[in-house]
Amino acid sequence: MNRFAALLDRLAYEPRRNGKIRLIADYFRHTPDPERGWALAALTGALSFRNAKPGLIRQLIGERTDPVLFALSYDYVGDLSETVALMWPAPHGLNDTEPPPLSAIVETFTHIGRAEMPAVLTALLDRLDETGRWALLKLITGGLRIGVSARLAKTAVAALGDHAPDAIELVWPGLTPPYLELFAWAEGHGPKPETEDPAPFRPVMLSHPLEETDIGRLDPAEFRAEWKWDGIRVQAARAAGQDGQHVTRLYSRTGEDISGAFPDLAEALAFDGVVDGELLILREGRVQSFNVLQQRLNRKTVSPKLLMEFPAHIRAYDLLVEADEDLRERPFAVRRARLEALVAAHPAQGRLDLSPLVPFASWDDLAEARADPAAHGAEADAEAVEGVMLKRADSLYLPGRPKGPWWKWKRDPHSVDAVLMYAQRGHGKRSSYYSDYTFGVWTEAGELVPVGKAYFGFTDAELIEIDRFVRRHTVNRFGPVREVVHTQTEGLVVEVAFEGLARSTRHRSGLAMRFPRIARLRWDKPPGEADRLETLERMIGDGDGGGDQSHAPRRAAAVLGKQRSPAEGA
Amino acid sequence: MRPEELLHTTPQGLYSPAGDFFIDPTRPVARALITHGHSDHARSGHGAVMATRQTLEIMAIRYGEAFAGTVQAADYGARLDVNGVGVTFHPAGHILGSAQIALEWRGCTIVASGDYKPGADPTAVPFEPVPCHVFISEATFGLPVFRHPPAADEIAKLTASLALFPERAHLVGAYALGKAQRVMALLRAAGHDRPILLHGAMEKLTAYYRTQGIDLGDTRPARDASPAERAGAVVLCPPGALADVWSRRFPDPVTAFASGWMRIRARARQNGVELPLIISDHADWDELQVAIRATGCEELWVTHGQEDALVHWATLAGLRARPLHMVGYGEEEGESATPEAEAATTPAETPEATP
Repeated sequence: MNRFAALLDRLAYEPRRNGKIRLIADYFRHTPDPERGWALAALTGALSFRNAKPGLIRQLIGERTDPVLFALSYDYVGDLSETVALMWPAPHGLNDTEPPPLSAIVETFTHIGRAEMPAVLTALLDRLDETGRWALLKLITGGLRIGVSARLAKTAVAALGDHAPDAIELVWPGLTPPYLELFAWAEGHGPKPETEDPAPFRPVMLSHPLEETDIGRLDPAEFRAEWKWDGIRVQAARAAGQDGQHVTRLYSRTGEDISGAFPDLAEALAFDGVVDGELLILREGRVQSFNVLQQRLNRKTVSPKLLMEFPAHIRAYDLLVEADEDLRERPFAVRRARLEALVAAHPAQGRLDLSPLVPFASWDDLAEARADPAAHGAEADAEAVEGVMLKRADSLYLPGRPKGPWWKWKRDPHSVDAVLMYAQRGHGKRSSYYSDYTFGVWTEAGELVPVGKAYFGFTDAELIEIDRFVRRHTVNRFGPVREVVHTQTEGLVVEVAFEGLARSTRHRSGLAMRFPRIARLRWDKPPGEADRLETLERMIGDGDGGGDQSHAPRRAAAVLGKQRSPAEGA
Repeated sequence: MRPEELLHTTPQGLYSPAGDFFIDPTRPVARALITHGHSDHARSGHGAVMATRQTLEIMAIRYGEAFAGTVQAADYGARLDVNGVGVTFHPAGHILGSAQIALEWRGCTIVASGDYKPGADPTAVPFEPVPCHVFISEATFGLPVFRHPPAADEIAKLTASLALFPERAHLVGAYALGKAQRVMALLRAAGHDRPILLHGAMEKLTAYYRTQGIDLGDTRPARDASPAERAGAVVLCPPGALADVWSRRFPDPVTAFASGWMRIRARARQNGVELPLIISDHADWDELQVAIRATGCEELWVTHGQEDALVHWATLAGLRARPLHMVGYGEEEGESATPEAEAATTPAETPEATP
């Protein structure tokens, strides 16, 4: 466990991708089976311990420390595992024997019952040092958050030998911890592991945001354009297993199997291959807004009523595999032609259609289409268009985010000038700074009403400036929340950018912003000149009709990679 | 009498109406008593300044000889009289010349401890507890998550990294006054005998430490060092320089930071630190408690830092305790690396101030 804890500790501070890969590969090289396999399982998120709940950890620390001091410490540190690891009052002079190895810890926590858990966990925490306690708590609560993706850990496995990271991805779906055959193959002393899953996830290709400065360097003739749909990126894989039965899987862009949430869609698919597209809700052939899609994403159970009211649909834009043929090494134009044929031949059930190409001859043409999708082919679906995608006609399907072949050119987001009202300490990367901001706009009566909360968009330097402003201008404290000065003449104006607006009962203003972030600090602007609520009311007027009374929480969307919280980006 | 008649907070800092002087005022005043040379406590432009000789000399180095109208040096342990108030400076163990200031008046003793640390430090006279009625403490690390490990263990992390990456310069962020010299002294005690390279901001103060009999071995200006000398060298710089263009002259450096804040992972990462060294010149949670109890005080006033937690602990321990909500302290050397820091220049309202 000490070695694994030391690895996690080093990884947590290593900012460079290559540095992380080197650290992990080095650990794999010098750690025997099965220890390294369990470490790989932990790094790829393949382990889960059902009985190790944050609630239990709170209970254990609560029995040993003063509750006020714990609350203040947790508020300051911003991370439960780390707070407990640092605060844990370990008895002095406990035996200096080596703590159990990772494999034994995994074994213990996999089989342990809820009743024995507190005593076992306490005994282990007593034997470990700060780093060991931190690593153990991170491990068993399943949130390592050390900036290592599953992809990165697999790349480190590839670095043990001369396989490409994608080769590891291809065999991965059929493997289970502690991955003895994988390590043997990676190190060149074992056969290639057999993949048993007929419909595994293929790592997706992502795009870069297009800056105005990029566009002058690009030749429009080399690119194809599509609408960028405001849905959920999805990969649909369908193939026959060894028993001849077809398996259909829907994956999120991070490779999470989300088929269970969309049985209606999975059943309706009838092709043989792997399609990349956007998951959307269609009603009467018309794409619904992201707010509507969110209402389906958040449900724990998929009821027949839900299936009927929120029919899921794939708007396809790429074909990775057809039958046994891997198309990823073929140019986009070839894959597109194959995709068009596949969609055309697909049984027409309204569940799979083609994302159309947007014709353009010059960047000005495309800018016009982007500004007004309704008049350029998107028609009634224009509200679900959040911009255009540019793909080089000759681009191969490369996993990750290669710079150059694919670009996303989003529509300009909305923005308003709002006044900072409350600030709260952040968690994760930004813990101990005041980094969660509630801001408001003026009503006709001259009152400031909160319209949203943002916790990113600013630079690290700006964070420090805002943090300082908050500390110096606190007028009220409510536990971890500070109210800052916000009068007509005194206060901080922030330019808030956001993607959309919905009606909400959560804020007194009756509005909720989608994806708000701090675009700029307007130290120059007096608070009295910030925007008014009626400005926002007008924006919602030309939005999606404002029919969504409930504004569902975003968590499900975050899981699916649609929106990442800043903590996940840490 | 109420202790507030001897000392209370004002927008300029702690003020003694009985003796008509301030302690560590944040704005120019007629008479100031200064605990130590860090810029958040020692400012220029006061009329009369009383401090230890070393603090006065440090102020002269930083602000020029004319930093105050008149100066008076106070020896550790010598009782002086200021307008009828007995004033004694005692070692605080924070940095070279740092002091706690004990005030005695009409049978009441108040100790304003400034910043202090009870732990060992080869560059400062050790902290000594002073019996008093009211103890005024900082609470920079006043949370039970802050327990500083032995400084020698942290230095061992640095020397281990030097052995692992002999080709990479190790940039160590450290406050220019106190921390930098302590790190050098600790490195020498650990047997590190290579020349240590210094950022320009540290040269004068390091030279001053030497004149005070503190051996820091061979130190050289980083700007004059050849690429061969930079490889595998320890380079000390102010924390702000770690992310500055200045650091770009070192190819592929290891970025370290010597600070008590490094106990918190997010803090290290926020500063882009790869090698966090938990070395602090402030008392940690356990040390605060031991130091406060050792004074035998009945009442605790907390100036800056994590005052809520320390006041909570003290109340449970049976002391009368309150936060002073003082603004303007905790920003040693004006570094953004300590975001708890308040602005150095504009003290805001202090609700506790009694005019």
